[in-house]
Amino acid sequence: MMAFEVINGSQAAAIAVQRAGIDLVAAYPITPQTVIVETLADFAAKGELGGEFVSLESEYSALSFCNGASAAGARVFTATASHGLAYMHEMIHWCSGARFPIVMANVNRAIGAPWCLDPDQGDSLSQRDTGWLQIYCSGAQEVFDTILQAFALSEELLLPCMVVFDGFYISHTYEAVDIPEIQDVGKFIGPPSFGAQVIPGEPGNLHGMASAENQQRLVRSRHEAMLRAPALYEEINGRYERLFGRKYGAIDAVMPPGARTAILTAGATAETVRWCLPDLEQTGLIQLRMFRPFPAKQLCAVLETYDIEKVLVVDRNCSIGAGGIFAQELKSALYGLARPPAVHDLILAGGVDLTGALIKNALSKMPLENRSTELWGVE
Amino acid sequence: MLVDDLNREREMIISGHNACPGCGAALAVRYLTRALGPNLAIVLTASCWSIIAGAPPLTALKCPILHCPFPSAGSVGSGLKRGLEAKGKGDTTVVVLAGDGGTFDIGLQALSGAAQRNEDIIFVCYDNEAYMNTGMQTSSATPFGARTNTAPYPLFKEGRKKDIMQIMAAHGIPYAATATVAFPDDMEAKLKKAQSITGFRFIHVLSPCPPGWGSESADTVHLSRLAVQTGFFPLYEIHNGVDWKMTWMTDKSRLPLSAYLDRQRRFKQMDKEKIVALQEELDDEWYFLMNKVGPADRC
Repeated sequence: MMAFEVINGSQAAAIAVQRAGIDLVAAYPITPQTVIVETLADFAAKGELGGEFVSLESEYSALSFCNGASAAGARVFTATASHGLAYMHEMIHWCSGARFPIVMANVNRAIGAPWCLDPDQGDSLSQRDTGWLQIYCSGAQEVFDTILQAFALSEELLLPCMVVFDGFYISHTYEAVDIPEIQDVGKFIGPPSFGAQVIPGEPGNLHGMASAENQQRLVRSRHEAMLRAPALYEEINGRYERLFGRKYGAIDAVMPPGARTAILTAGATAETVRWCLPDLEQTGLIQLRMFRPFPAKQLCAVLETYDIEKVLVVDRNCSIGAGGIFAQELKSALYGLARPPAVHDLILAGGVDLTGALIKNALSKMPLENRSTELWGVE
Repeated sequence: MLVDDLNREREMIISGHNACPGCGAALAVRYLTRALGPNLAIVLTASCWSIIAGAPPLTALKCPILHCPFPSAGSVGSGLKRGLEAKGKGDTTVVVLAGDGGTFDIGLQALSGAAQRNEDIIFVCYDNEAYMNTGMQTSSATPFGARTNTAPYPLFKEGRKKDIMQIMAAHGIPYAATATVAFPDDMEAKLKKAQSITGFRFIHVLSPCPPGWGSESADTVHLSRLAVQTGFFPLYEIHNGVDWKMTWMTDKSRLPLSAYLDRQRRFKQMDKEKIVALQEELDDEWYFLMNKVGPADRC
């Protein structure tokens, strides 16, 4: 049984958490994430959360709380954005090193100074090396589905997972979202079975001092676990599709016949590009959903299959001194290809809105003889 | 059966741990785990005990130890307790173990949050009055006049030691108490009382540190006793933030402070003026404490 509801991306995230059978929610407010924890608080107030809702005194503590609860084998969730994510940074590393399968939503927002509320992706992208899975969503339905899938993926790999979407464009925008009933969701994901690390009555020196050699073994085992993610994600989506009729990949490509140019982007900008495709000539879309692990193999396969000559990367972020981050990662993935496409970068750092006009303008400034162009959303 | 054998069965600490000889914190945790075990889980923040516990797969305790980053102890402990409850293991006592850095300084925010939420955990601060694991740097628990490696001679720790007990009392938590390893029965009684109470409980243990304080290894228990006898570290407990009660010694029996200071090299450079200043500070605190306690509870 399914029912469409007109909700925003934040509500979609919260409902998915409630449907997942959550043990504990650790909450701390920050714009533009606050609606997620408020929606979960509403569930708790009505006695419909199924688990406990706890308000912490900081984002750092919210993730620390998740760490402790996960050590007891509980399924936990928290949500944050921007400065909140930056403030968590130490615990973000720790949760991955300790192999706690925590799911966290991050709603993209620029990091100051100065204060800025727009959806720059620099907050989540600056956590790319912390050992968290990262999946970027382009709409509210995708947020709902991805949160559910994130629990399955994370608990299987024993790696935490960050589900990322743009502030306001997704978090506050209303769409019709197909919401399965809780008993149907139970067929997709049962109670957590990853097991407790802390077992009362049994000695355990959990995450105490390691030698460099042992630390490397642990880093490597996390790295190898993460590399299993794309194939596992496909399997999880196969199950999800059989139950609910929708599936996603590590990347989702839309290639009209004869396309020689691809626009690669992640998050809400992918939805903008999708709507603009009919107006563009010989141009397709590659939506980057999974960013960690980086799906280099899948990307190269699409680029080679369609014989793509030029890629326009839309980066709503900028690694200062290096350029757009998705563009950098793409260039690195292309190493070794016989005929790598040219990679041009449209940087919308600060959270600048992507419009059809901007896309067309960027596409017009990518002559074939240039291998790499840096373009900016505003002068 | 001898008393020692009785205790041996309750012992949770394993010989061969990594503490320095005469470590007050090792002794404190020995008494603590013996009083609260065996159904016990310890959340351990960055501190000397991160090393004392040993490197996995070795361990120094018979109960689970969950290590956590420096500022996070109060929140990790809260999460662990609620997670255990969610998994039907709510009868396990969760102890958060932190040094003075992880309590007075970098851990204060999470500690305050957990206390305010009245989380059902016992937070134990073993206070060796400086960052000892990193080699004796000043913390806000370092007493006035002490030498540290961030306040080397002719510098000295300026300003008072932060009054953590007042801070905890202001949270109105069900139970808070001070303890030292010189009074193990008093310490055990307080821990058992803490365990019988639901909600947030705070135990502040003075932990002499021979290498940091410049004291003899054999002197740890003696120093702990002198700290109490001089009024440097009074023994008392606070119920619900308002009901203060001394558990050892009277107003008139305080020994002169020099009996305590003279046995520690960290106070060696203190001149008469500074000792008088520290004595005056302690007199102020004593006066404050006596007012809080009231005539009936001065034991």
